[in-house]
Amino acid sequence: MAKRLPPKDVVLVGFGWTASILAKELTDVGLQVVALERGGFRDTIPDFSPTTIQDELRYAVRNGLFEEPHRETLTFRNDASQLALPMRQLGSFRPAAGAGGAGVHWNGQNWRFLPSDFVAYTHNVQRYGKGFIPADMNLQDWGVTYEELEPHYDAFEYLCGISGKAGNLGGKLQEGGNPFEGARRREYPLPPLKRCYSTVLFDKAAKEAGLHPFPAPAANTSEPYKNLYGVQMGQCTFCGYCEWFGCGNYSKASPQACVFPVLLGRDNFELRSQCEVTKVLRDSSGKRATGVVYVDVTGEAYEQPADLVILCAFAQHNVHLLLVSGIGKPYDPQQNVGVVGRNYAYQITSSVDVFLDEVLNPFMGAGALGQIVDDFNGDNFDHGPHGFIGGGYLANWNTGGRPILQHHLPDKTPKWGSGFKKALAENYLKSTSIATHGCVMAYRGNYLDLDPTYRDVYGNPLLRLTFDFHDNEHKMSDFLTDRAAEVAKAMKPRSMHPKPRKGHYSIVPYQTTHNTGGAVMGTDPRTSVVNRYLQSWDVPNLFVMGSSVFPQNPGYNPTGTVGALTFWAARAIKEQYLRNPGPLMSA
Amino acid sequence: MTSMTRRELLKGAALLPAAAAVATTAPITFVPRTMPSSGGRPPDYTAPAQGFLNTDEKAFVEAAVARIIPADDLGPGAKEAGVADFIDRQLAGPYGLAETWYMQGPWQPGTEQQGYQLRLAPAQLYRAAIAQIDRHLKQSQGNRGFAQLDPKAQDDFLHALEKADVKISGDLGKEFFEMLVVNTIEGFLADPIYGGNKDFIGWKLVGFPGPRYNYVAQIGEFGKKFDMPFVSIAGRDAGIRES
Repeated sequence: MAKRLPPKDVVLVGFGWTASILAKELTDVGLQVVALERGGFRDTIPDFSPTTIQDELRYAVRNGLFEEPHRETLTFRNDASQLALPMRQLGSFRPAAGAGGAGVHWNGQNWRFLPSDFVAYTHNVQRYGKGFIPADMNLQDWGVTYEELEPHYDAFEYLCGISGKAGNLGGKLQEGGNPFEGARRREYPLPPLKRCYSTVLFDKAAKEAGLHPFPAPAANTSEPYKNLYGVQMGQCTFCGYCEWFGCGNYSKASPQACVFPVLLGRDNFELRSQCEVTKVLRDSSGKRATGVVYVDVTGEAYEQPADLVILCAFAQHNVHLLLVSGIGKPYDPQQNVGVVGRNYAYQITSSVDVFLDEVLNPFMGAGALGQIVDDFNGDNFDHGPHGFIGGGYLANWNTGGRPILQHHLPDKTPKWGSGFKKALAENYLKSTSIATHGCVMAYRGNYLDLDPTYRDVYGNPLLRLTFDFHDNEHKMSDFLTDRAAEVAKAMKPRSMHPKPRKGHYSIVPYQTTHNTGGAVMGTDPRTSVVNRYLQSWDVPNLFVMGSSVFPQNPGYNPTGTVGALTFWAARAIKEQYLRNPGPLMSA
Repeated sequence: MTSMTRRELLKGAALLPAAAAVATTAPITFVPRTMPSSGGRPPDYTAPAQGFLNTDEKAFVEAAVARIIPADDLGPGAKEAGVADFIDRQLAGPYGLAETWYMQGPWQPGTEQQGYQLRLAPAQLYRAAIAQIDRHLKQSQGNRGFAQLDPKAQDDFLHALEKADVKISGDLGKEFFEMLVVNTIEGFLADPIYGGNKDFIGWKLVGFPGPRYNYVAQIGEFGKKFDMPFVSIAGRDAGIRES
């Protein structure tokens, strides 16, 4: 029997970006909040100290900051005819465990989605007709618009101290920014980062190709900065250890760097780490959450009662928790009915490696130091002749030159021996890469459910992922790879090495940790798990945060939108729900 | 060749629990046991290193890494950089024991897209594959194991292993070789605190200066080669204790 604890007003499941923002916002209005984090506590010092964190083997190769599959993982298959097998080690994506969540180890590539992304169904049907949308694509609108989210995007950017250049201020295009972005109310809080050589060469080549390059919006501070919550951040030093690492310099935005200092000392906030939530409890009506069950590091189970339960775990873990708790109707791909697990999506990526004569010093980098071309994202171009919808950006990122995982080798380089060694020696300092980062739409055949065979460390069924790339995504990604190759060619390289994404999705090579969907938002309970305020249709005192609410995955990194949606939901909870607890929308 | 079938091999491996695989060596103090929750302390690189491999296995790995990244006119290779020590230590630690991997059955072969589905942890894979390869070679190469072959014959054999032209318990040989190449590159280019990349041999070859922390002054010096001394997490050359 789980030991019953004294009740709280709010229990947060997980303690990454979304939970730490909600904890700050909800303790602001006097609520008693507890956050339950499955991993350990971590803070800038000592855990990310610059004298120890710059260790590629420990963190980037041996996965020092991520979840451990022996405790929980998922099973995977490409389609429902196959037998799903466990992801035995991390590969394609790397969810975090520990305080700060993925907000610790991200690069800081911080985007707003396009206005048309939020009305993807309406927009595409209007422009291209219904027949243009593949029959098995579950394309849908978000139920929230860009204009509604704009103030919340702004809040997250001013929380993080984003370095960048606006491209559209109140409808007026700005020289040097992204001309395709939605209108923003004001400039970024900080000017763009200093540029490194490869991004200068990429920028020149892209302009020659008639494109519109601009500096990537970076959650790496270009200058010292005091943020939205009054927390002081330091200037990024381009050490080149952002992604897979914590920042020891207070210059990559993270819950630790941006929120912890004003939150952790509060009397009405409590963090319990190494406490893993295994179930959301409900009363006999099934329509009210009464709290959660969690297991601590000793294996002891506890019941934490609360008036408000908010799922803030990593995307697929929110879905897993809903499924094992029996909340919401599980998705049935045969009939295309039910909602929990529906519309899982991902990202499709490719690259063109570029080998130059100049020394580029790739190790002087930052996670979001890059130059972007957004001409082929979303619906920024006419898709009519191409036969696919959606798009993605081209980028020359210089996240760092960590030598084990970030060396580039020319096409047909031997995998070992003297030829390999020679190519390594000749190219490490003189190569860079143009990445493409494409959207993935949602399909009937791509979904999450519970595995019938494999179990996690608590004896619960593992989540089962059924996913493959579809023609729309392959066509789109090939198109982006061709555009990247054109820019690469304009850089006048010694040689280039295109790496298109071909064939079936594989769980093995790292691609991105941009897993989305499974508990999507919307205005129709038949096609969404949560309403436009991220409130469960079935259990109104349960909310779900994070990218699990994305109906499909646009061509940008998700964190900016995850942050904006969190501020949007926090406002709805504070200004509407707390005054009148109950459904914020009628079905 | 007389080789164990894969089934027998897997059965044998199952009888050898991961913990027992290192029971004959002293407690491991060198390799960091990272948990997501652990504090940020670096590995204690001054503690004496403990390994996993026995003498014959170590000789095999030393000979193999010397072919994967050879010493040549570009300078010393993986053997000179201590990569065999690196691998030996990695195999004795959480990586070698697959401490964080999901290692519960049922065990089934999967598709290429589903990834590694062998029930062998890396240390077990090394042990099983090396024993079988040497047994196979001793029968066909006049009682010489891999380490005793000349470099040309070693290269030929590794190519055959890579292409699965020589079968060692089904795909076991190929899986092992792929892991060995990955581990060799890791050791050659990881921070010297882990035992490889000794004297910065790997980083000097490519031009990576090590974890230097601050490039604000240099990032705008386009095309200029960075020429400050190489550093490790443990400091400069002299700061690293040889072991």
